Amino acid sequence: MAFIPHTPADVEAMLAAIGVSSVEQLFDEIPAALRVKSLDGVPPALSEMQIGRLMSERASCDGRPLCFIGAGAYEHHIPAAVWAITTRGEFYSAYTPYQAEASQGTLQLIYEYQTMMASLTGMEVSNASLYDGASAVAEASLMSVRSNRKSKSLRILVPRSVNPQYRRVAAATAGNQGLRFEDVPYSAESGITALEALRKFEGEDITAIVIQQPNFFGRLEDVDTLTDWAHARGIFVIAVVNPTSLALLKPPGEWGTGAKGADIAVGEGQPLGVPLSSGGPYFGFMSTRMEYVRQMPGRIVGRTVDLAGREGFTLTLQAREQHIRRAKATSNICTNQGLLMTAATIYMSLMGPVGLERTATASHARTRDLIAGLTSVKGVRGAFSGPFFHESVVLFDRPVAPILSSLASRGILGGFDLSELYPELGHALLVCATETKTQSDIDRYVAALSEAATAARAA
Amino acid sequence: MSNVPSDLQYTKTHEWVRTLPDGTVEIGITDHAQQELGDLVFVEVPEGGRAVKLGEACAVVESVKAASDVYSPIEGEVTQGNPALAAEPEAVNTDPYGKGWLMRARLAKGAATAQLMSADDYRKLLQTEGH
Amino acid sequence: MRTNEKSHEKVIFEYSHSGRGATDQWPAEEPAHATADLPQNLRRTKRPLLPEVSELETVRHFTRLSQLNFSIDTHFYPLGSCTMKYNPKACNQYAMLPEFLGRHPLAPESHGQGFLACMYELQEMLKEVTGMQGVALSPMAGAHGEFAGVAMIRAYHRSRGDLARNEIIVPEAAHGTNPATATMCGCVVREIPVDEEGDIQLDALKAAVGPQTAGIMLTNPSTLGVFERRIEEVARIVHGAGGLLYYDGANLNAILGKVRPGDMGFDVIHMNLHKTFSTPHGGGGPGAGAVGVSARLRPFLPIPIVAQEEGSRYRWLAEKDLPQSIGRLSGFMGNAGVLLRAYIYMRMLGREGMSQVGEFATLNANYLLARLKQAGFDAAYPSRRASHEFIITLKRQARELDVTTMDFAKRLLDHGFHAPTTYFPLLVPECLLIEPTETESKDVLDAFVAAMTQILQEAEQEPERVTSAPHTMPVRRLDDVRAAKQLDLRWKPTA
Repeated sequence: MAFIPHTPADVEAMLAAIGVSSVEQLFDEIPAALRVKSLDGVPPALSEMQIGRLMSERASCDGRPLCFIGAGAYEHHIPAAVWAITTRGEFYSAYTPYQAEASQGTLQLIYEYQTMMASLTGMEVSNASLYDGASAVAEASLMSVRSNRKSKSLRILVPRSVNPQYRRVAAATAGNQGLRFEDVPYSAESGITALEALRKFEGEDITAIVIQQPNFFGRLEDVDTLTDWAHARGIFVIAVVNPTSLALLKPPGEWGTGAKGADIAVGEGQPLGVPLSSGGPYFGFMSTRMEYVRQMPGRIVGRTVDLAGREGFTLTLQAREQHIRRAKATSNICTNQGLLMTAATIYMSLMGPVGLERTATASHARTRDLIAGLTSVKGVRGAFSGPFFHESVVLFDRPVAPILSSLASRGILGGFDLSELYPELGHALLVCATETKTQSDIDRYVAALSEAATAARAA
Repeated sequence: MSNVPSDLQYTKTHEWVRTLPDGTVEIGITDHAQQELGDLVFVEVPEGGRAVKLGEACAVVESVKAASDVYSPIEGEVTQGNPALAAEPEAVNTDPYGKGWLMRARLAKGAATAQLMSADDYRKLLQTEGH
Repeated sequence: MRTNEKSHEKVIFEYSHSGRGATDQWPAEEPAHATADLPQNLRRTKRPLLPEVSELETVRHFTRLSQLNFSIDTHFYPLGSCTMKYNPKACNQYAMLPEFLGRHPLAPESHGQGFLACMYELQEMLKEVTGMQGVALSPMAGAHGEFAGVAMIRAYHRSRGDLARNEIIVPEAAHGTNPATATMCGCVVREIPVDEEGDIQLDALKAAVGPQTAGIMLTNPSTLGVFERRIEEVARIVHGAGGLLYYDGANLNAILGKVRPGDMGFDVIHMNLHKTFSTPHGGGGPGAGAVGVSARLRPFLPIPIVAQEEGSRYRWLAEKDLPQSIGRLSGFMGNAGVLLRAYIYMRMLGREGMSQVGEFATLNANYLLARLKQAGFDAAYPSRRASHEFIITLKRQARELDVTTMDFAKRLLDHGFHAPTTYFPLLVPECLLIEPTETESKDVLDAFVAAMTQILQEAEQEPERVTSAPHTMPVRRLDDVRAAKQLDLRWKPTA
């Protein structure tokens, strides 16, 4: 079924009005040789009842294991109101708000979102969102090339403690425009970026440095020292941050001892009311200083007045965007993640500053409990020393993969195996607990791990 | 119908050039250009000291409809961008040949303005483009 | 729809009261020492500005905001090239089953076979309807898919040592993302003209191709709403010069089930799943820009891709499996939830439904075009069939009555219709690009014609009503200039 309302009488009347005798005639400009004969590779149509059943079967096949994986996507409680409102037809099936008078709902919501994100990140202005955290890092790199007039090198420093997918995506997206992404090693003991590691770049022309807080390992970087180092050398600071953590941690706008703070702040917005959903759709956020606002990609909403002097909202600074600047665009991005940003705005409104702080605190507390439990098992120890936030790395005395399999067969997803991306760490596992985990969940994980470890030792 | 002062020189890309008594030049965009763009909301002018080549994009004029590059009609060095345009970009609309000047520059040694279009030629260009 | 006086909804911060919140949603408070291990110098000292409102206040505020919007669920939305067709509720319901919603992207394949089966089958169905040999699902929007497509073209030429090919040919009527994408990929853009009938000028094309040609980016039907009749010849010319053909899938709805881009000679395509395959527009996103390729470009597809092994097990192909891939474009695997909705939609359509889409989209467009012509409007390409969309030009009305396309668009809002696309393509002055889609009934189309006819009469008799429209919306026309000059991009407390 293709949701087509036409009756045969409708079709007849319409063909008559057009002046043709069949629908096929409407395709007469298309060369006959190009016409499709059949689409055998597409299965026959299913009714809604049938597809509902198929999807339910497939969903129950995947089940709902207990999840302790973070690594860039975090399971938080999402109040029912968030998606009940977000999936209202007026939000769900609305288009981009180009006709402002018919889109004041969406536009005002975006304005509120921009306000919240700017404040949460401690920056002066936010855009209406980008595709996801990884592509936001790519866009921030391009933006720093455009905005950092003092630098011509197009070299972007990316510490190895930054999410490796973010570097991959940045390279895939921005590499074709000449940007080069260079590694900076992390300290083996603390898992963070030390000044010593940056020494070799002193005196060189570097355009920007990416600083992730908390970093991919969950460790807390010394953001003030790194920011000061960068700014003293005319290097832009691209902050990559977890929005939940910003309820507790110093926001990028306040990094460093100078007045400036980070130049651009980006990150993955998924923790704010967006379900895990196998990796998407999520949304990336980006905020910056007013002096760079014209270099910021993506949509932006501004408040203005109408002919009667009444307040209203509209997309603004559109001349920067692809559909007007064409080949000289700042980026080719044509979408914001409207629906996800809507969910995040409702989520942030429900949680407010106190709710978000409680969520962050509870997540950190549960992770501490998790680490305490895991490291009490023989053969398991913490990988790094120093402060962390709501994620941490544990080391095993044997390969991680079989342990994870064993846990999975018991309905527990133990964490993210780091041994492929960071072989130098050894048998390392990145684990995370949020406010959604109870002590009994953690106990269940620890017990299952003990059993798996004992069984492995006996084998 | 747009205004084309006879004492100025022009380019195909709708810039104008005024030679000042001290030999430096003043550069802006024409009345036709500002009409096409609509109300300007932002103007980015080059800083003093910047070297420019003939035809090089050296400024940006931004309206709600479009952001357009302004191309240098001469080879030389910018002495100054118009500082008033930061607060008042609409001066380019209301007074494109006067208060709306974009930049001043010193010609490079050996560079000239002789190759620029005369007012007559620019008027003809506008006519053939159908304006 | 709520009208002027009652519709003012304050910015949410103006409802805040210190201490308010959806307190029942908050986790329990932890003891003070729970964060004692976070160093002082890394801690936040001032609370962020977030609303402090109760759950009911939040629900009311955002529900009222939603009521200020036009949407497909409430209004006819004939935006050209946007394909605003009905978003079936079933797609949302089944994509949001808790197991799909709660699955972590890094969950093992053993706990994802159901999801992966849907992704694999989606890849296969998209190949079949487009006539391509490989599909990747990870680009997160049409423009993102375009980027992947051009990047693959570039990678292909470079892999053969052909480093000089860095020019992308684009017809002058192309969507702005096309040249922007080319630039993002380090290519140079070369525009070629179209003729008065809307087809590419073949002579200009022949002159434009050469050893520097990486490829050409085309939409077919084009952005002018007409089918590129000599597409086979265009393909011959570009291939003959060593270039590749890129298909912008924005207008796929016109030919779905009737013609396949692969059969037309295209080497790489992107599809807008949020257009042709009815995933929600969401007020600006999320989209999904799946890409399809011919066999020779398969090695370059962006990762990850789903593969099927023996025994119907599914797994991801990543860096190791596709060493020549243009890389990862997404933090995980793209907009999974959107892809699930597209999958459900395609399964409901089935092979029978696919061709119905193209047929009825084209029928509706041609009917609307015929009725509007009868009502006195000028088609931009009067001798051509409409595809799934067509262009009306109001340049005569603009000249004779001093009423512009923008004015018509705003007055249509008062009649309860979202305006069609205005002023695109730039090639046609004072244009309306109108795409009804196949899910609209004849009644709706007739009502639209009646509204347009009424506005035309008004333009002749009472133009002021049209030029100062809209009158019945929550706001009148907005001051764009002020919005861009006096930037007010965030709410600030007054005290």
